[in-house]
Amino acid sequence: MAFENKEQADGYWKENLSIMLKLLAVWFVVSFGCGILFIDQLNQITFMGFKLGFWFAQQGAMYVFIALIFIYVKKMNDLDKKYNVEE
Amino acid sequence: MDVKTLTYLIVGATFALYIGIAIWARAGSTKEFYVAGGGVHPVLNGMATAADWMSAASFISLAGIVSFTGSDGLVYLLGWTGGYVLLALCMVPYLRKFGKFTVPDFIGDRYYSNTARIVAVFCAIFICFTYISGQMSGVGVVFSRFLEVDVTTGVIIGMVVVFFYAVLGGMKGITYTQVAQYCVLIFAFMVPAIFISVMMTGNVIPQIGFGSELLDGSGYLLDKLDGLSEELGFGAYTEGRKSTLDVFCITGALMIGTAGLPHVIVRFFTVPKVKDSRISAGWALVFIGIMYTTIPALASFARVNMIETINGPTVQMEDGSKVYGTGTSYADAPSWIKNWEKTGLITFNDKNGDGKMYYSATDANEMKINRDIMVLANPEIANLPAWVIALVAAGGLAAALSTSAGLLLVISTSISHDLLKKNWAPNISDKQELFYARLAAAIGIFFAGLLGIYPPDFVAAVVALAFGLAASSLFPAIIMGIFNKKMNKEGAIAGMVVGIFFTAAYIVFFKFANPELNNSEHWLFGISPEGIGFVGMIVNFVTAFVVAKFTNDVPQDVQDMVESIRFPKGAGEAHDH
Repeated sequence: MAFENKEQADGYWKENLSIMLKLLAVWFVVSFGCGILFIDQLNQITFMGFKLGFWFAQQGAMYVFIALIFIYVKKMNDLDKKYNVEE
Repeated sequence: MDVKTLTYLIVGATFALYIGIAIWARAGSTKEFYVAGGGVHPVLNGMATAADWMSAASFISLAGIVSFTGSDGLVYLLGWTGGYVLLALCMVPYLRKFGKFTVPDFIGDRYYSNTARIVAVFCAIFICFTYISGQMSGVGVVFSRFLEVDVTTGVIIGMVVVFFYAVLGGMKGITYTQVAQYCVLIFAFMVPAIFISVMMTGNVIPQIGFGSELLDGSGYLLDKLDGLSEELGFGAYTEGRKSTLDVFCITGALMIGTAGLPHVIVRFFTVPKVKDSRISAGWALVFIGIMYTTIPALASFARVNMIETINGPTVQMEDGSKVYGTGTSYADAPSWIKNWEKTGLITFNDKNGDGKMYYSATDANEMKINRDIMVLANPEIANLPAWVIALVAAGGLAAALSTSAGLLLVISTSISHDLLKKNWAPNISDKQELFYARLAAAIGIFFAGLLGIYPPDFVAAVVALAFGLAASSLFPAIIMGIFNKKMNKEGAIAGMVVGIFFTAAYIVFFKFANPELNNSEHWLFGISPEGIGFVGMIVNFVTAFVVAKFTNDVPQDVQDMVESIRFPKGAGEAHDH
């Protein structure tokens, strides 16, 4: 067992899941939300020469995806350190 | 020098490079063959993953698809990038910690069952073969158009090159050639895109040029494109035509399918640590994103260019109204139209006999244009220098070859490792296993080549099947294997089998058995066969949970194994048992 006790192991997993679910929520909102479900409403707004919904679907969501993975890496590395389960 | 000589030179030089790398990076053990020895730097692995993932379809076809479908093209743009977030957050670190060679390895061990392993092997092999046939026919198209050799010769040359580095080098050879191929393909893709963006909008960055005003004073690019598209009866470029539910499901199926594709997942077994696998997924998406955010920009530039070349330029009147082109003389048509007519991918039928070409969505349309030529013909349409055209040919080949090699590796490991070593011949030595892996790769190349030379006319249709199957079979089994300790073998196997059969049956019914019924009136809830994998995934999850509820508990040692993959410490290198 890499953790000192069961509470530590559960705590790590709980925090891990919480980071993951929060980031997945953003992932869902920018892609399925802004790019698909609310694309028509957002298209009423113009943004840098784009209709906003169209921009999310063809540009913006992809930039957010990249950012999400790097945020995840940072948070997980910190979490590993906190619980002392790094390699 | 003419285009053909330049193309021979550039393509020849890239091929020599790939073969050189193959000889340098020969694999000596199964571990090197399967996971490149587990010592690939995360940034390089990200690059290799990007080349592995971006296939002939991404390079050659995707901009054309977006160009012809406008807003609805988002399903591919989001679907084929968003899956990486799922991979990075929900799968890659845990599978890396698990530390074996293949996806069926994980499923077989996690569900303590060889039946589960074999179901996974067959899913993997089927998905990979479906995919590879498209790659090889892409190789054929590039060769026949740019090098003017016939398709068969082209495919055979491609087979020989892949044979060299896949069979000799295994994952190690493939990884380093894929890094080189990424550089070739991204350079080849970006150069024409930047050229065109500068010419049309004065912006060096295509992603910004996409939202800019055109240099000829005709307003914003996208406004102009909306105007042209509406005038010609296509409907506004920036507005979707598919139903929202269908778009939702297709995007979901592609994202989840991406996360379930075995040749992508195994790439993350090649990095040294769990930590590296996380960041590596991020780099992969950066490298993919460079191309995927350029694709929609290029698609809209190309669309305007193509329409105005055929129909004639749009004239801006002083009162602000626009007069659209009504056709240009076929006799004076630019050479790219004549060049592509020879391949049959453009046809002109002078319906009204006025000697002029006209393109629209109405009955007046006289042109048939295959959307696959948009990227390949783009440099010619925009009058770019000959070396750019040659470069695009080399890029298309790099994309097709890198993906083929990655897929072949999965096919060969599935056979030598999952079927032979783990099932039928457990006593073979490492050397023998390596020999069988090479043999399986060689046989795989042979069949892939056959599929390229005699492409079945359902290639496009089976791609939907590949993603649907991955989404409805492997993805749920892997996710439940990591996040649900209580999921037992009965549940997982039932889920995979029911998910696959549901999805496959739906696609076969509409795509092959009853293509005349393939429209939204007959679809289940209006979901097209492309999107049904999303429903298949839900069916898989539900089946698995119901079955697991009424069957035996998961053995304690397996539960402990699941606990142990949930944190990085003690991962070590990818290992055999």
